[in-house]
Amino acid sequence: MSASRTISSPQAVGGTGDRILRYTLGERVNHWIAGLSYIYLLITGLAFWSPYMFWLAILVGGGPTARFWHPWIGLLFAASVLWMCKIWRRDMVVTEADRAWQRAIIHYIRNEDEDLPPIGRFNYGQKLFFWLMFYGVILLALSGLVLWFTESIPWSLRWLRYLAIAVHVIVALATIGGFIIHVYMGTAMVRGGFNSIIRGEVPAAWAKMHHRLWYNQVAGESPIKK
Amino acid sequence: MSQATLEVRRISGHAGPVPGAGVKREYEVCKLIDTTTCIGCKACEVACLEWNGYTFSETTFNNSYQTMPETAWNYWNLIKFNEHQREDGSLMLLMRKDQCMHCEEPGCLEACPADGAIVQYANGIVDFQQDHCIGCGYCVTGCPFNIPKFSPTAKKVFKCTLCADRVSQGLEPACIKACPTGCLHFGTKTEMKDLAETRAKQLREHSGFKDAGVYDPPGVGGTHVIYVLHDTTKPDAYGGLPADPHIPWVVKLWKGPAKWIGNLAMLGGVIGVTLHYLRFGAKRVPEDRKDGKGGRQ
Repeated sequence: MSASRTISSPQAVGGTGDRILRYTLGERVNHWIAGLSYIYLLITGLAFWSPYMFWLAILVGGGPTARFWHPWIGLLFAASVLWMCKIWRRDMVVTEADRAWQRAIIHYIRNEDEDLPPIGRFNYGQKLFFWLMFYGVILLALSGLVLWFTESIPWSLRWLRYLAIAVHVIVALATIGGFIIHVYMGTAMVRGGFNSIIRGEVPAAWAKMHHRLWYNQVAGESPIKK
Repeated sequence: MSQATLEVRRISGHAGPVPGAGVKREYEVCKLIDTTTCIGCKACEVACLEWNGYTFSETTFNNSYQTMPETAWNYWNLIKFNEHQREDGSLMLLMRKDQCMHCEEPGCLEACPADGAIVQYANGIVDFQQDHCIGCGYCVTGCPFNIPKFSPTAKKVFKCTLCADRVSQGLEPACIKACPTGCLHFGTKTEMKDLAETRAKQLREHSGFKDAGVYDPPGVGGTHVIYVLHDTTKPDAYGGLPADPHIPWVVKLWKGPAKWIGNLAMLGGVIGVTLHYLRFGAKRVPEDRKDGKGGRQ
């Protein structure tokens, strides 16, 4: 982090032109390992899911190549989500403030943000998405291991194969739902969000508007925790 | 299929109706395995290896005559042995030639995601095309008979082809050719079914096997490999032959309704967020806007 891109003194915080560090470099790298590996898993997974999308496998080197890498990239994705859990777990606990925000979520959907109660570093929706991905990746990894080594499952335990197929499909679809909303919100809907996960910084006004409690907390700290 | 092109349509210099015109040949082939006359010599195992170019694999001794516990990717034909105690206390050594059943409704084909990796021919043979196989193993999950086997070296799945290459040239499969007792037969499905029923009747009426019958499971639409069993009420005694095989319901659900529900849900998600954007637009920080006006869009 160069000093010019972060706030220099606590006094400076509060002006609308100031920039606040929202995601450290480590957090950003972690997020993009998870994001890019998920996109690979989505492309190859959809290819295996439907014959109408099998052409997607051609984009990433053909069916056998996709089949070879899908589980390995899956492990990478799982590792990145577990690491994410380690660094964000405390920030992702659903609080009383989130409950109040959740009850007013219709205002968030309708872009009436001034009618929303203040919340911390992450909002209820982000927390929901995080926990969906966290529990999702555990189920996907466990069922994925069975699918990876299908031939090693003895015939007497074949119910494991059936269970793994069902779990893998249902959980993958659930994460795809979350992923569609996450990408839409991070790129098109919440302006400034995409840049924050690329460069790490947000304008103070942005922090004030979207995450008032977090803003109050970091604005009072000196220097800003990275 | 090729026989279809050789059906007689017209002939020269013939007075009256054309002999043989309109006569259709039945294409659907079938292998009949009469477990009551199998002696467990394993000639079919050897013939299968020889014809398909595999060398003899390492065998597993498990206090039985059986070569190995189950078929392998390079061992498609296995005689299963089972010492079966009957209700009257007498023992029977049951032998069943295990291989692909060539189901009319193949679970492997149903489950396969790779374009053209599994083909069912009009003659009923279900054949794997390894050059299209991606090695996912879904066929292993789809099969109710534990037949497709994954090769860790080739990263492809293999199984019995019913000697599709021989059959296409008018030859019988290699296992049939090698059988010394005549317990293996090959022909059309109708012929084999008739032969099997005749043999079952003979067993019931003359040999005291009152439950003798033919195994041609309707759960998978019938098979192109059928058995004559001494006792059709206990197929499991023949090395784990399933009593009522079906494509697993999870596989049917997965490849049927789940596919369309899932696709509609994904499409719905994309349409949903697009509509949200068109209706409500982006969330902007008020102070960032050039006109200085905050709040709603």
